[in-house]
Amino acid sequence: MYSRIEVFFKSEFPDPLGNTIRSEIEAFGFPGVTSVRVHQVYIIFGNVSKHDLDTIARKLFVDTVTQRYQYNGDTVTHRGMSDRSPFHIIEISRKPGVMDPAELSILKALRDIGIHVDGIKTAQKYIINGNLSRETVHTIATRVLANTKIEDIFVYPEMPDYNHGNIHYTFKKNFVPLLDADNARLEEISRLGQLSLNLQEMQAIQGYYRSLKREPADVELETIAQTWSEHCIHKTLKGIIDFNGNRIDNLLRNTIMRVTEELDKPWCVSVFKDNAGIIQFDDCYNICFKVETHNHPSAIEPYGGANTGVGGVIRDIMGTGLGGKPILNTDIFCFGLPDTPLDKIPKGVLHPKRVMKGVVAGVRDYGNRMGIPTSNGAVFFDERYIGNPLVFCGTVGIIPKNKCQKEARPDDLIVVVGGRTGRDGIHGATFSSVELHDRSEQISGGAVQIGNAITEKALLDALLQARDKGLYTCITDCGAGGLSSAIGEMGENLGAIVYLEKVPLKYEGLSYSEIWISESQERMVLAVPPEKESEILHVFETENVEATVIGRFTRDRILRLMYNSQGVGEIEMNFLHKGIPRLERKAVWHRRVFEEPVLSEKEDYGFDVKKILSAWNVCSKEWIIRQYDHEVQGGSVLKPLQGIQNDGPGDACIIIPVLGSRKGIIVSNGMNPRYGDIDPYHMAASAIDEALRQIIAVGGSLKQVALLDNFCWGNTNKPDRLGSLVMAAQACYDIALAYGTPFISGKDSLNNEFVTDKETIVIPPTLLISAISVMEDVRNAVSMDIKEPGNLIYLIGLTRAELGGSHYYHVHGYTGNNVPKVDVTLGMKIMNALSEATNQRIIRSCHDCSEGGLAVTAAEMAFAGGYGMLLNLSAIATEGQIHRNDTLLFSESNTRFIVEVRPEHHKQFEALIKDIPYGMIGKVIGEPLLKINGLNNRLIVHENIYDLKEAWQSPLRW
Amino acid sequence: MTIPKVLILRTAGTNCDYETHYAFEKAGAKVDVVHINILLTNRKLLKNYQILALPGGFTYGDDVSAGKILANQIKYDLGEEITTFIHEKKLILGICNGFQVLTKADLLPASGLFRNNSTQGEYQQEATLAFNDSNKFEDRWVYLKICSHKSIFIHDEYIPTIYLPVAHGEGKFIVRDENVLNKITANHQIIFKYVNERGEEADYPWNPNGSVQNIAGICDSTGQILGMMPHPERYVEPTQHPHWTRNGLKEQGDGFFIFKNAVRYVKTNF
Repeated sequence: MYSRIEVFFKSEFPDPLGNTIRSEIEAFGFPGVTSVRVHQVYIIFGNVSKHDLDTIARKLFVDTVTQRYQYNGDTVTHRGMSDRSPFHIIEISRKPGVMDPAELSILKALRDIGIHVDGIKTAQKYIINGNLSRETVHTIATRVLANTKIEDIFVYPEMPDYNHGNIHYTFKKNFVPLLDADNARLEEISRLGQLSLNLQEMQAIQGYYRSLKREPADVELETIAQTWSEHCIHKTLKGIIDFNGNRIDNLLRNTIMRVTEELDKPWCVSVFKDNAGIIQFDDCYNICFKVETHNHPSAIEPYGGANTGVGGVIRDIMGTGLGGKPILNTDIFCFGLPDTPLDKIPKGVLHPKRVMKGVVAGVRDYGNRMGIPTSNGAVFFDERYIGNPLVFCGTVGIIPKNKCQKEARPDDLIVVVGGRTGRDGIHGATFSSVELHDRSEQISGGAVQIGNAITEKALLDALLQARDKGLYTCITDCGAGGLSSAIGEMGENLGAIVYLEKVPLKYEGLSYSEIWISESQERMVLAVPPEKESEILHVFETENVEATVIGRFTRDRILRLMYNSQGVGEIEMNFLHKGIPRLERKAVWHRRVFEEPVLSEKEDYGFDVKKILSAWNVCSKEWIIRQYDHEVQGGSVLKPLQGIQNDGPGDACIIIPVLGSRKGIIVSNGMNPRYGDIDPYHMAASAIDEALRQIIAVGGSLKQVALLDNFCWGNTNKPDRLGSLVMAAQACYDIALAYGTPFISGKDSLNNEFVTDKETIVIPPTLLISAISVMEDVRNAVSMDIKEPGNLIYLIGLTRAELGGSHYYHVHGYTGNNVPKVDVTLGMKIMNALSEATNQRIIRSCHDCSEGGLAVTAAEMAFAGGYGMLLNLSAIATEGQIHRNDTLLFSESNTRFIVEVRPEHHKQFEALIKDIPYGMIGKVIGEPLLKINGLNNRLIVHENIYDLKEAWQSPLRW
Repeated sequence: MTIPKVLILRTAGTNCDYETHYAFEKAGAKVDVVHINILLTNRKLLKNYQILALPGGFTYGDDVSAGKILANQIKYDLGEEITTFIHEKKLILGICNGFQVLTKADLLPASGLFRNNSTQGEYQQEATLAFNDSNKFEDRWVYLKICSHKSIFIHDEYIPTIYLPVAHGEGKFIVRDENVLNKITANHQIIFKYVNERGEEADYPWNPNGSVQNIAGICDSTGQILGMMPHPERYVEPTQHPHWTRNGLKEQGDGFFIFKNAVRYVKTNF
């Protein structure tokens, strides 16, 4: 039995959430709604007296200044509603078993005020005023208010009933008959069990169990599938690839990892082996950095997917070495176009705008609650991301120098800490390795999870204390594959025995196999020496974080799973980790030739500049950035929004990890999928160049820069997709080696294709390069906003006729072919010269010249600084003769910067850049105009900077 | 002379403890960051400190409403200790989530705990921090006018406006009724108001949340308790200012004096 308490705003106060929803419903195409009021519903299980309900409401649920409440059954009267027009009521609650972070907090608060209840559940009741058909109300409920994958919808008069029966579990040990299966049956077992194993792998498993002369237990097969998933071991990149007839044995080792090996930088502490890469920072600390993807879950449930993506990568840092403290988040998203018409949305796909809002909210709520500044990021739009949005979540951590190594020892206890285990996230690792289609949500709904940032924050607080007291020898997070991969990985060289019934559960009814592979969030696994058991349990108890001993590490290299004293699974670690057959794949790549546009020359390019400034990929992302706390922890030196009104687009961000020190870190990213359509090699090269440019632009240097790679590709079982990936990886090797910047970690997410009944939508090949650098003195930082009239403006670097894949072509509907390339020898010289200039503090502002070329870069600097610029295209340093103004304005040639220098420093500056191509192209002017003279010495751009800013800000002013 | 001791109270979801710690330490205090569970099992602990700070964050996830659950713990479990603390002329600072907690625990604008002692029955919360008018979390820098020097944290500062960041979703200060507003105005308890660059009261985005009369921070009737939505601890170092690359580095951040004044007060009076 249960009671209800509904809390709502007094009618004299606005209902901000209701108002937001009203405008969302309107934007969705239902203008008839006059008002929306939201009631927060609390379902209280147990026999609670009316007196206690009153106490609960008054002491806890209601803000008496602004709100009222009502009880049980009082559901039809709606006080606070002045409007007499017909109203509709929708109640939405999370499905049983879906995480609701508020429940835990409320139970705690009820204990604090001394009232016992059996359980709690929250729901939202929406009272919608307006003349709407019942069908419309249903559409609003499913398309605007709820996500039916995780939520139940009740449209009144249908009344919700929250008396859910418990699922009871009866133990039964299950085997999967495999020994006699033919190939077709093997494939069927893999498919039906959502194992995502191919035939060859199934055959290897069959062979192994034939040698043991027994059938595999279900939990054994699940363990193998998790461990062998693409998500966990990158079998494509590490497999054997036949590329246009050349054999590549382990692409990763031959490209990305090889750069690091050959550069052999002494400041690289740990690369490619831990949860994150580690580099040196100062005398006491190192820095770790990891970027993960969480694409498939975000496609199904954007809020939860992004939320748990952020939570997961933070745990990667918490599980690096003996535990890093997260100090910065960076998040990069790829979405379909926010203005996609509804009838162009494939079945089974959420609208890109909804995906985007959900993802941003998910990132915001997790990062902000964890108290980690989200200071850097990017968003990229392309219609091909419609079925497969990409969500890259990155976290930087700081870790004491002596806490970077870990190793579990025999007899160490296996301790699971943090959240409880539920049925959420079953099959996440294998699910993330398959193509999505319009029924993905039905099959993989269990893969959807919601995070609970506060559980993770408390876990972090407790963990860092236990770390500093030396209470454990090894740690890893429970990510994809849950306990199965965490313990399997930690015990690889030892062996382990796990008592699955000891794992704390959220609710009854989980089978031993579900417990083992569940991907419930906010859990980590520690290896604890037996003598430290009571001390570590005490540390966690003080922070109200659960810690439970569930087994121990052994020395026989066998993984043993027990449930209520019965053996339910036993696998040799050797087979688990080494038994996977090498994947062999074919790869080809042929250049696609696009139509070469013939655009007529114009007298005035102001319209084009504004059009590019308004393009989804260029326009202001302030709507997103402001929702992130980018200053918590107090270290921000260069913020994501810069300039006189704090709204210009910064390049890289700079933070100080240890307050009181002058030493900083710089984080940037580079990505340009559109170049990849033309040539994935040059796309990858450009992405690296862009990430490095941003570091240089803000005052950094190439001295100590580490890179991360994140490959998101289509289905690489198809040779053309894999071919483009090989090309990109080769560029990573060539360019990173030449710039002297090692990779320290990376990730890949393959199979980003969406199958509709008509077609397969493949994402563009998307390589994200993230860069991190240590900065000796943050006072050398340079922002991108121009500073004072009279200062000189330089364009550093060589402009080439490279408009292929450019925004200029894109806004005119073309791709073109002449994609920007990277000249690393010249690039090195340019970047080193600029670093020297920032070091001498003679650069007033500097901006990376990228999307939209010179014109857009200059416009951004001008409106951020609040001054104008007078520029002259004939002063630009070019490769060969360029006769067209549009090429000079919009070419996106790499390794170029716009730099502002005071007149008194021009000699000093020019002495530093004398060996590299540059042009002194103009100056800062007091009047708020961007004026650009063309080759014929006539003004071809003459725009007010506030008009330019408006063009740039208006698209995403949501 | 006493070295001022600060207790930064934290619990699940507290997250600005590191920079608040740094700011107090820079101002010359000795700082301990203490989990509320420790304080609840050792209630005498508070006696060792002269300043209690409630930092920003999302205590208990801000579930139910921002700061509410910690406010209840303070009000119902630590009421006596806090009352003694205030009687001893000690200081309490609540920043952002800390301000939300102090308001919902009835310590601001008037000290409800005092009244609870003198009258029977439930004390009525006088003010609250509601959802921003924009209905979203926002991080932005705001100009603040110092309206009163009643607060010990402000005492000797005569800078007309300061510049600090806000970062919150529930920061709209509203009062129960006009009487509360009249009372805090008459008592000079309104310490900070959101203003524009010229120091004039102005609407969004200058007033980032829709607070009544642009109120950004208030003190209690004794001047010992200060609550504010903006984050002074995020601007104690000159490199934290968003325009330092334009205007050069100041000697210290605009938020620093709040910590300095508190430390100076303790040094002089204890």
